[in-house]
Amino acid sequence: MAADHVDHHEHHPHGLAHQFEDMAQQKESVLLGMWSFLITEVLFFSGYFLTYLVYRTQYPVAFAEGSHELDITMGAFNTVVLILSSLTMAMAVHKSHEGSKNGTLGYLIATFILGGVFLCVKYVEYSAKFEHGLVPGLAWHPHGEHSPQLALFFSLYFGMTGMHALHMIIGAGLLIWLLVKTAKGTYTAEYNAPIEVFGLYWHFVDIVWIFLFPLLYLLGRH
Amino acid sequence: MAEHHNSPTVGTYLAVFSALMVLTALTVWAAFQDLGPYGDLVAMVIACTKATVVIVFFMHVKYSSRLLWLFVGAGFLFMLILFAFTMADYASRGWLGAPSSYYLSIQ
Amino acid sequence: MAIAEQDGNASGYAAPETNYINNGYGLKSWLLTKDHKRIAVLYMISISIFFAVGGLFAGLIRLELLTPQGDFSHSDTYNKLFTMHGVVMIFFFLVPSIPATLGNFLVPIMIGAKDLAFPRINLLSWYVYIIGGTLGVIGILAGGVDTGWTFYTPYSSTYSNSNVLIVAFAGFLAGFSSILTGLNFIVTIHTMRAPGMTWFRLPLFIWAHYATSIIMLLGTPVIAITLVLMMLERAFGFGFFDPRLGGDPVLFQHLFWFYSHPAVYIMILPSMGVMSEMIACISRKRVFGYEFVAFSSVAIAILGFLVWGHHMFLSSQSTYAGMVFSVITFLVAVPSAIKTFNWTATMYKGSIVYNTPMYYVMGYLGLFLVGGLTGLFLSNMGLDIHLHDTYFIVAHFHYIMVGGQVMGYLGGMHFWWPKISGKMYPEALGKASAVLVFLGFNLTFFPQFVLGYMGMPRRYHSYPDEFQILNVASTGGASVLALGYLLPGIYLIWSIFKGANAPQNPWGAKGLEWEVADTPPTTFNFESTPVVTEEAYQYGPIEEH
Repeated sequence: MAADHVDHHEHHPHGLAHQFEDMAQQKESVLLGMWSFLITEVLFFSGYFLTYLVYRTQYPVAFAEGSHELDITMGAFNTVVLILSSLTMAMAVHKSHEGSKNGTLGYLIATFILGGVFLCVKYVEYSAKFEHGLVPGLAWHPHGEHSPQLALFFSLYFGMTGMHALHMIIGAGLLIWLLVKTAKGTYTAEYNAPIEVFGLYWHFVDIVWIFLFPLLYLLGRH
Repeated sequence: MAEHHNSPTVGTYLAVFSALMVLTALTVWAAFQDLGPYGDLVAMVIACTKATVVIVFFMHVKYSSRLLWLFVGAGFLFMLILFAFTMADYASRGWLGAPSSYYLSIQ
Repeated sequence: MAIAEQDGNASGYAAPETNYINNGYGLKSWLLTKDHKRIAVLYMISISIFFAVGGLFAGLIRLELLTPQGDFSHSDTYNKLFTMHGVVMIFFFLVPSIPATLGNFLVPIMIGAKDLAFPRINLLSWYVYIIGGTLGVIGILAGGVDTGWTFYTPYSSTYSNSNVLIVAFAGFLAGFSSILTGLNFIVTIHTMRAPGMTWFRLPLFIWAHYATSIIMLLGTPVIAITLVLMMLERAFGFGFFDPRLGGDPVLFQHLFWFYSHPAVYIMILPSMGVMSEMIACISRKRVFGYEFVAFSSVAIAILGFLVWGHHMFLSSQSTYAGMVFSVITFLVAVPSAIKTFNWTATMYKGSIVYNTPMYYVMGYLGLFLVGGLTGLFLSNMGLDIHLHDTYFIVAHFHYIMVGGQVMGYLGGMHFWWPKISGKMYPEALGKASAVLVFLGFNLTFFPQFVLGYMGMPRRYHSYPDEFQILNVASTGGASVLALGYLLPGIYLIWSIFKGANAPQNPWGAKGLEWEVADTPPTTFNFESTPVVTEEAYQYGPIEEH
């Protein structure tokens, strides 16, 4: 089946794993791998979105009541924060391609801080829901005639935003690891795939929020 | 896939960011207008636009191979399959005249 | 016989001194390995343990059903027995069985790569699997779970008093592990192929694993979120499927089967890949209609996502949605039939070699045929009302999943055993095991078709007296089947210590793993990257005789 052989590459570039032939193959594989993972994430979140879709079409009134209970200012503020963090993340990737260690470091730190701000605002919002008895199963006070369906809405609210926040927390953890490696000078203009791949993950988390914000805070508002 | 993708410029990123900000403002503004049955549609169209912009520019799909387009497309296609077939069930329950037991229980 | 000659010819084969097995000793060198072949062996050991555990539950179920009365186990105990049998067999044996063992071992070698694209993620997937498996075992020891492997709400989320949370989480982790495996395969097949290894030169085993990986990537996350929603509802009292809040338990079934129907193709597609390899080799011919067999794998994977509603014909799903699901379900028969016809066409006028893999191939074809055709009964909405939740269903899916995947797993294990272990197994015992499995399997499950058609419902520990004769036959068959499964376990392990050294290519088979890689392969598979210059399965009929 095999007639002749290709010689192994003798030189071994920085950051090239043993199973790959060259940096181009490695980068291609790593990007494709991350995108495959993100596809699984799309389908993971689609379970929530489908549940939302089914119940919102059946109980539009209760769901509109639910949106009115949410703080639109905080939601909009967080949207801006998260999109801004996507911009800083994109800039970090850009700087890492240029091989600028300090630029990369700066933008990664900015991304980390913005992520932290998002989570703090989320914490404030969650606390308010606990105070108002809007947490199904844990702290729930009946709210009018649509109370059961409102509980469905808030189950979805906590399920969706909680899962999103969990992704943010995991992302923040990975960011710390990237910051350490960047500070150590691991990444160069040639080898920066981990930063680029993490950027994809971060943008994905941003996209989830881009949908969560209108679905939970805005629909049925007027 | 093998060709090297040329990254977008800082100017592109800033333009994309501005567009996302404008769209965010637009969707908040639209939420307070009485658009009747089109309110949900407008919000979703804006959200999809924002997501597409992020995917195409921030996530570099514009600068990537056809294979990546295929991967991204497949992910969303299968999400739509999940939505479409499930909603087809919910939409067509009760067409036979006799509502299903589930609908009796909630009415 | 061709095989004997091959053995004789190849006796001069000098295996390399260092191979993947003896390249490093000690537990640590195995538990921290990044070599896909060693990870495959780790999976092989752990999967065999879970197969034994699941088989033990099956044995207890059959023991209970020996008599019409519920005399061996309490009805609650019986609920736990069939649930644990299903959970262990599906999440911890069938889904990873071929992909994580043979697939892990062979995918990189068959495409001419040094390893999978992400060796560390590969190892991580095994650890996630082991953590999930450990949690599952803890759940069993702590009293088990009684919801059925499907975890249907609201029983699982509200009423069951068993260890739902821990076992569901174990299933979640097993799913995560299979996502990592599928991701690795997809990327590896796309980016790591050797020079000259174009898509249409790939062995059909690779196509089957590509199709399997599509399902693993696109389906598994949905079962993950479904289990998360159910667990949130059970743990915190959130309402997602709770009818008291206006939630719909049928929505759980939609989400559940969006994964779990495609997942039954995870449990058959890899064995189809194994069959294509073995049939080409034992017939000494190129697989008939290679492109059709390749695309039928992908077609099964994609069609598999469009048919999940046929599990819900009687779950208050709309009749119209049911009709659409029913029609598409019939369509799945088309690519399945393409495969079966092409395999038989491959064997037609081939110079067939009567060895152990061939016995498994023949057994597989018979069992898969019965399983596939009874699937057509069940995709018919009207008939399904009669057969729903009876032993007909049980028999049908065992014919596919056990008759199909386990035959493929064992057959493939025999076929590639010389490559994996470097040793030959006793041929006569191999044939005996294949025959035992085939006979035992039919004796176990064919009576269940009849029982189901007569109306015996599944998941009950007692039944009317007139069903006893068929149940006794089924239990008797299960004993034969157990013997058939035990036998390879014994002689394959025996062969590691006492078996003759295997030559590089004992079957005279085509493919990089036989012709280029050593036996057993070296750590990086190839001395230098092979260049592929011809199609797969270029068997010349003359040279062997």
